[in-house]
Amino acid sequence: MPGEVVLETNGLTVRFGGVTAVDRVDFALRERELRCLIGPNGAGKSTFFKCLTGMLQPSDGQVYLRGEPVSGLGPHRLARLGVGIKTQVPSVMNGLSVHENVWLAARRRSGDANAGTLQALEAVGIADLRRELVGQLSHGQRQLVELAIVLAAKPWLILLDEPAAGLSGEEVERMVGILRGLVEHATLIVVEHDMHFIRQIAETVTVFHQGRVIAQAPVEDVLEDPLVRDVYLGRSL
Amino acid sequence: MNSRILMMEAGRVLVGTLVCALVLPFIVDVHTATLLTIYAMLALSLGFIWGFGGILCFGQAAFYGLGAYTYALAAINFNGAWAAFALAILVPAVFAGLLGALMFYGRLSDVYLAVVTLVVTLILFKFFNSTAGPTYRIGEARLGGFNGIPGFPTLTVPGDPGTYIYGAGLFYFTIALLALVYLGLRLTLLSPFGRIIVSLRENEERTELLGYDVRFYKSAAFALSGGLAGLAGCLFANWAEIVTPGLFSLGQSAEIIIWVIVGGLGTLIGPMIGAALLGYLKFVLGHQSAVDNSFIMGVLLIVVVLFLQEGLVPTVARFMKAGLRRPSSKKSRRQRRRKRAVSNAG
Amino acid sequence: MDFAVVVTVEILHSIAVLVLISSGLAVIFGMMRVINLAHGEFLTLGGYVAILGHRSGLNLYFCMLVLAPVVVGLWGLIVERLVVRWLYGRLINTMLATWGLSLAMTGAFSMIFGNTMTGIPNPLSGLTVGNYQIGGYSLFLIAAAALVMLVIYIVLKATRAGLIARGAMQRPDMAQAFGLNISHVYMTTFAAGAALSGLAGALLAPLVGLSPGSGANYIAKAFITVISGGASVVTGTIASAGLFGSISQIFTLVTSSVGGEIALLVAAVVLLRLMPVGITGRFFKGWT
Repeated sequence: MPGEVVLETNGLTVRFGGVTAVDRVDFALRERELRCLIGPNGAGKSTFFKCLTGMLQPSDGQVYLRGEPVSGLGPHRLARLGVGIKTQVPSVMNGLSVHENVWLAARRRSGDANAGTLQALEAVGIADLRRELVGQLSHGQRQLVELAIVLAAKPWLILLDEPAAGLSGEEVERMVGILRGLVEHATLIVVEHDMHFIRQIAETVTVFHQGRVIAQAPVEDVLEDPLVRDVYLGRSL
Repeated sequence: MNSRILMMEAGRVLVGTLVCALVLPFIVDVHTATLLTIYAMLALSLGFIWGFGGILCFGQAAFYGLGAYTYALAAINFNGAWAAFALAILVPAVFAGLLGALMFYGRLSDVYLAVVTLVVTLILFKFFNSTAGPTYRIGEARLGGFNGIPGFPTLTVPGDPGTYIYGAGLFYFTIALLALVYLGLRLTLLSPFGRIIVSLRENEERTELLGYDVRFYKSAAFALSGGLAGLAGCLFANWAEIVTPGLFSLGQSAEIIIWVIVGGLGTLIGPMIGAALLGYLKFVLGHQSAVDNSFIMGVLLIVVVLFLQEGLVPTVARFMKAGLRRPSSKKSRRQRRRKRAVSNAG
Repeated sequence: MDFAVVVTVEILHSIAVLVLISSGLAVIFGMMRVINLAHGEFLTLGGYVAILGHRSGLNLYFCMLVLAPVVVGLWGLIVERLVVRWLYGRLINTMLATWGLSLAMTGAFSMIFGNTMTGIPNPLSGLTVGNYQIGGYSLFLIAAAALVMLVIYIVLKATRAGLIARGAMQRPDMAQAFGLNISHVYMTTFAAGAALSGLAGALLAPLVGLSPGSGANYIAKAFITVISGGASVVTGTIASAGLFGSISQIFTLVTSSVGGEIALLVAAVVLLRLMPVGITGRFFKGWT
């Protein structure tokens, strides 16, 4: 069962020029929880993720990891604190082999880097691709490579931005299995659009719209929420 | 790392070096062969940082000149050329490391990197050019402005301070150092450090998300590259027995870039071959006055950028492989090319 | 008092020179995101054209103000068609190719004109201010630089061609959808930038002697003025030329001309470290 609060944001705000992409978001996540973020395109989900990994610095507000304020730290510092992200467009090293990609992540952990690499590759089921060049794989396979990279670093907070996008039906099933396994020892936030996928993995859903959290409810209730329906049907609030 | 791979690599380098050391003096005289070897080392320094780190330095000549000047100044002031030799690597390495830190911690890239490296080269050029007159001196040594510094002690055989290393001796010393540097870079590329450098060329964002401080790694690689260029400059000082501000010129920086891009980016062997071939071409062209050397170099650079993006060595290697195997389709050719780029050919 | 006037003119002169040598590069970089490293040789070519034209008996001002820009503009057109247009969107490759062009042009100059200094006499006599002399030509250059900036501003802001150019550079896809030939817009812009370089090179020829390698003296200064200026052509050029011109002139007065040049270069490095997007990227967003 989820434990104490390990991630918290307080009035988190990101402005780009005149546009407020993330607007005073208060968010809390308990240990070993799997939370889904939904919301239309441009709702601020990816920007919110970037604040949690240090790829963007918030204009205002603070991020707390296990109670410690972390805003201002760069991506490599947050990665060392145990945050891993799978970005929306697979961010991988195209010119390196699958093994090399994952190895670079695995050697950040103590222990045998090669063993860690193999373990991560097997966990996502692409051990047979390890000698292939990442740039030559399909989009779905690159998604899995990126997931293996994230897993090999053994983060305790894992952010996944549309992990099921571009995957085949079989690959989606595998992804569901992987995520269920991950929740055993990590805390996850998943951005997704596919409600069928979300139902299989999450209990609670947080809804973003125009940079704000407009709803947070169990997955079955959230679709009944007229506000959320309006957002998805494109009606103005 | 696998020690068998290491032994095989070392064996290959040894054979290659011996062949070069025996054959080169018959193609050109020993004096020219030494210069070509120094050029190869200089090209290697840029080929590493540009081809594997993805950092294009427009001012590699700055570190080259700094190495040469450091050697000359230290050799005059210190009793013992080998201390000067060590300083000539150290000073450019530290300078490059600091300059790199200034740029990479400031998140400068692309065109901004180009401006800063170019401008720093120019500052050094202008400074050393304007140091004529007795007021500009470091210890015993006068900087000498446009005329440079002549007459400093060159390297001597260790343990025998009376015997200078020159002529054929300097050539064999230089080519042995080049072999060591090449082998060292191969090993570096196989090490975690080298893999991180290549990784940040491929995807800086992901490398950072893995917890690597890319600013540090870039600065360190830049320092390594600067140190190697300094070593080349130090050897040049020993070869020419004079150092002049021309070493810092933009033309020198351009030439290094041309060697690397003509030879082949993303390989170690390519830049060395590019430097030797073009250095030889310059030597041949020097004997006539109808066609200007920079004209040829300039046209060559344009042609390579437009038509021969990969450079000489990868292109030749591809044709040789295609000739050995069945005629291949365009796609599989491209695949092989990329694979080779990854396995750090040569 | 007289001294203050002289110093002011000297500083303005130094700014004007920077404005002139950067404007061609600024137009090409600001509009097309292309760095032309052969820019210095474009300036030198302008100088040579003016000198040759003058020697063959043509009026000096005609050579400087008409002949040089036209010839260098045409040369820019050829370069754009043969080299630059294949490399759009690849900043570093364009820099490398134009650096090659720079070397090739330097080599060609020394093959054609020989490795010697040539020049033309300064056409304007000096003015006397109290005990000091001001070069009449300095005042002419200051006026020319101001005029060049004004013309670029008016062309970009108030003419149809300027509107097309700005639109095409911001949204090439949209411009194409409106039926504009984007390739022609690039070509024209590059040629216009080259023509400005030719004009500047010719205007500066009476001040400095020309040798095949003269371009190297210009390129770094032009390059840093443009990059430090940032994306806005007119505001950026004026701001950074003003800053660097003042710094270099003040250091020249206090130390030596080399001191001034080194101060300028150091200032540029510091500025870029502090403002990686240039002055206009930081303070004058959205200006022309």
